[in-house]
Amino acid sequence: MKFESKTKVSSEIPTASMPDIIFMLLIFFMVTTVMREYEGLPVLLPQAKQIEKLETKRHVSHIFLSKDGMISVDDKIIPMGNVRHVMYEKRIEDPQLIVSLKADKHVSMGLINDMHTELREADALKINYSTKTAVY
Amino acid sequence: MHAGVIPTASMADIAFLLLIFFLVTTTIDMDKGLGIILPPPGAEVEVSKKNISNLLINAQGKILLDNEPVQTRDIKRIVESKIAANDKLIISVKTHPRTKYQVYIDVLDQLKQAKATRISIAEPSQ
Repeated sequence: MKFESKTKVSSEIPTASMPDIIFMLLIFFMVTTVMREYEGLPVLLPQAKQIEKLETKRHVSHIFLSKDGMISVDDKIIPMGNVRHVMYEKRIEDPQLIVSLKADKHVSMGLINDMHTELREADALKINYSTKTAVY
Repeated sequence: MHAGVIPTASMADIAFLLLIFFLVTTTIDMDKGLGIILPPPGAEVEVSKKNISNLLINAQGKILLDNEPVQTRDIKRIVESKIAANDKLIISVKTHPRTKYQVYIDVLDQLKQAKATRISIAEPSQ
């Protein structure tokens, strides 16, 4: 005796809305992508273990401090005395500014202390010493 | 007679290609490091002597914690016990202008590992 099902259930996944789903994914990725907008200076970052991730990328400003004492903000080489003016402008534009200090590990603390003074004068108080993850 | 419809069968493939292109070109380089908050300019707060721990680093990278020479890797343990004894403790880090940045980061890393939240970066006295 043969059994036959009375109801025919179509076993196909509907693909009509597939492009819409993928477009939504695409748009999500396009919106959340933050393009890198700096080149910076060649620096060897120091290493640390207890690192924390910057929770946002939008409010971060990068300052590069190379081994030979050059300072770069937004791909422009500026002297130490101008850092406060540049950073003050940035601070006014974005009150949530976090400064990511990408300093070479061979830089001496004299320069770092000068940088602290400049940043304090510019009222850019939230800073983050950019480091690599130490592996040992 | 042509039907006036754009074929949508390959639409998904095209969208997929775009999606994969964006996925591949996105660089995920999350910035990470040691966060610290600088004091506002000109703010000098009087702190009781017993709530301050002085940490001095000289140009050779030798560390002096409360007038006792210590090794970098011991700072975490010592500071932890100090904070356990006094939770209002402020660690005042003072460096020589010729101290290497890496040494300073190592010390800061140790302090962060010891869960020291009150860290003060002292200006080197001239």
